[in-house]
Amino acid sequence: MFSYSRRTLLKTGAAFAGASALGFPAIVRAQATRIKIGHLVPLTGFLGAIGSYAQLGVKLAAEEINQSGGIMAKQIDLISEDSVNPATASTKAQRMIEQDGAVVLLGEISSASSLTIMQVAERNKKVFFSTGARSDALRGKNCNRYSFHCDIPNTVMVNAVGTALNQKGMVKGKKFFTLTADYIFGHDLLKAAKTFFDANGATLAGDELIATDVTDFSPYLLKVRQAKPDVVCCNLAGNQVTNLVKQYAEFGFPYPLVGFNLNTGDAWAAGEGNLSGTWPTVWYHTLDNPASKAFVAAFTQKYGKPPENHAWIEYITLKLLAQAINEIKSTESDALIAHFEKQTEFDIMKARKGYFRSWDHQLVQEAYPFTVKPKAEMKDKWDMLLLGDAVPVAAEPLEKIYPTKTQNPCEMKA
Amino acid sequence: MQFAFLLEQVVNGLVLGGYYLLIALGLSLIFSVGGVVNLAHGAFFALGAYVSVEITKYLGFGSAVVLSPIAVAMLGILFERYILRRFYTADPILSLLVTFGLAMVAEQAIRIIWGAPPISAAIPPALRGSVLAGDFLFSRYRLLILAVVIGVLVGVWLLLHKTSFGRVVRAGIQRPDMVAALGIRLQPYMTAIVMLGVGMAALAGAFFAPITIVQPAMGADIITVAFVVVVIGGLGSFWGVVIAALLVGVVRGITIHFEPAAGEASMYVLMFVVLLVRPRGLLGERIEKFE
Repeated sequence: MFSYSRRTLLKTGAAFAGASALGFPAIVRAQATRIKIGHLVPLTGFLGAIGSYAQLGVKLAAEEINQSGGIMAKQIDLISEDSVNPATASTKAQRMIEQDGAVVLLGEISSASSLTIMQVAERNKKVFFSTGARSDALRGKNCNRYSFHCDIPNTVMVNAVGTALNQKGMVKGKKFFTLTADYIFGHDLLKAAKTFFDANGATLAGDELIATDVTDFSPYLLKVRQAKPDVVCCNLAGNQVTNLVKQYAEFGFPYPLVGFNLNTGDAWAAGEGNLSGTWPTVWYHTLDNPASKAFVAAFTQKYGKPPENHAWIEYITLKLLAQAINEIKSTESDALIAHFEKQTEFDIMKARKGYFRSWDHQLVQEAYPFTVKPKAEMKDKWDMLLLGDAVPVAAEPLEKIYPTKTQNPCEMKA
Repeated sequence: MQFAFLLEQVVNGLVLGGYYLLIALGLSLIFSVGGVVNLAHGAFFALGAYVSVEITKYLGFGSAVVLSPIAVAMLGILFERYILRRFYTADPILSLLVTFGLAMVAEQAIRIIWGAPPISAAIPPALRGSVLAGDFLFSRYRLLILAVVIGVLVGVWLLLHKTSFGRVVRAGIQRPDMVAALGIRLQPYMTAIVMLGVGMAALAGAFFAPITIVQPAMGADIITVAFVVVVIGGLGSFWGVVIAALLVGVVRGITIHFEPAAGEASMYVLMFVVLLVRPRGLLGERIEKFE
């Protein structure tokens, strides 16, 4: 019927693997009378699912801003692309600034990709809002003057969940087993977790570093059982959280599963009855304040489902950026940095306003621990989380749960 | 204790290998008979998962794992009749390109129909939890999957070795020209093989939807593993694929036991070593058309 060599086949197979790793660039239009804003977020890979929410959020914000007159009377031209991986993210960021003429960049969820975009921003002296990356190191030893950080850092997530666990007596004297994502984010989160365990009398019975392409956790779950911990703790990210949660429910271990990182999208994907335990979140669509409700209504109307926390963070970031540019009437990096370093407060759809801390450019804001709602109390399939009290409690300053200057020092070169 | 634990990992790896097998066996069959590396095979796996989640909503999990593979196998008929058939005798580059393109189309189609965010799926409550056999721990659900895999395996083996259908298919793998000379048209057999192959992929998807994330790119993630298994096992060999799938699962389990960081790389190292020592794969037959 046919004849060809096995070697040809292997070669073409390799070529296919190479081509699929590169991704496909989007076509970009050039228009000088518009303000160009570059947006990068993973749309493929283990963070792709939550990245897709981020893209919906930023598009909605751009549309609304354009409808209400744009920025400095110019329409926004949003260039939003898949960041793919750290190397591609950096290449695309450079291209967006150099060739497309983006005046400012925002986006990203992966801490590793965010780090490379931060370096591009610094080299080109353009401001970058890292919206979804959570590694402490980005705010600390890797910090730079041109980068701002919108999501809560790892230390805050650990503190949010830790506070709730402490109240339930699940920390002191307990043995923890952690499953940690093997890249900058996970390493960083494990460090924050260890600090918390040490400070609160818990011990670490074991830790497994897990490559980001692992989808089957059964060998690791056997290791967990071998260690017989009191609590199992998930330090993973993206799809891996969902996979672990599903397989943990499958094996039905008696040790409670908690986690220091979770995005609502991963929880929604877990499936009925699979998620349990205590986790942190930065925002949820049931938060009861007027701005949040208006956003949820607009988003749901447009997309037919409620926004996830990455949709929210992209939305508020572009909105507060537009507001800032309109106020200072400039897109110059120095003017923008000076404006945000004044610690101007913004409504970020929470009970308390947020502000960028001047010395490390962290958006200081409340966070929430949550547990899972019993099925009978859920209003719809999105209504899964039962938010605990905001941390820190209302009487305390917001910065209490954030790393201090000594814990996570940041030296910004001028 | 340490040894028992290692043994537990080996057994767990065998179970995982069984799952790789469901996908790889179809890929291998389609390749052996048609000479086409079906890069769209993962898409049928993903479709199997999505369709079974939909069916579960209305008819329950039991019906879903039966109906979803059947529905996808029907789609396989169209796939074979209108696309694959044109490429059996063409340059393999063309069939690689067309199936790769089709995989992307299928992934985008899933995005359009079901949306980019993952959809949720769960194991029926009765199948949750683990079973202890001595000191060995098994997930009850995975034992069920293992039983299904063994059943499918026996079925496919009987089909290939004990029926006249199987005799023609095996002859077609070895000597398509001779089969043609005897006046037998291979095309209807090829349609059946593609149906069987993509049906098995869909079955794997249906069973794995409740324990892995169901998202549009899930097919692209699994095709690489399946391809590696087929290459290690050797072309045209039923048992080669079986052994390779189990081996990949076991090697991964053992590697994670000793050196977790190398766990996902282990199967590529295994493929590398096997190809160095035995370029045609573990049990690959010397097939003239591939030499």
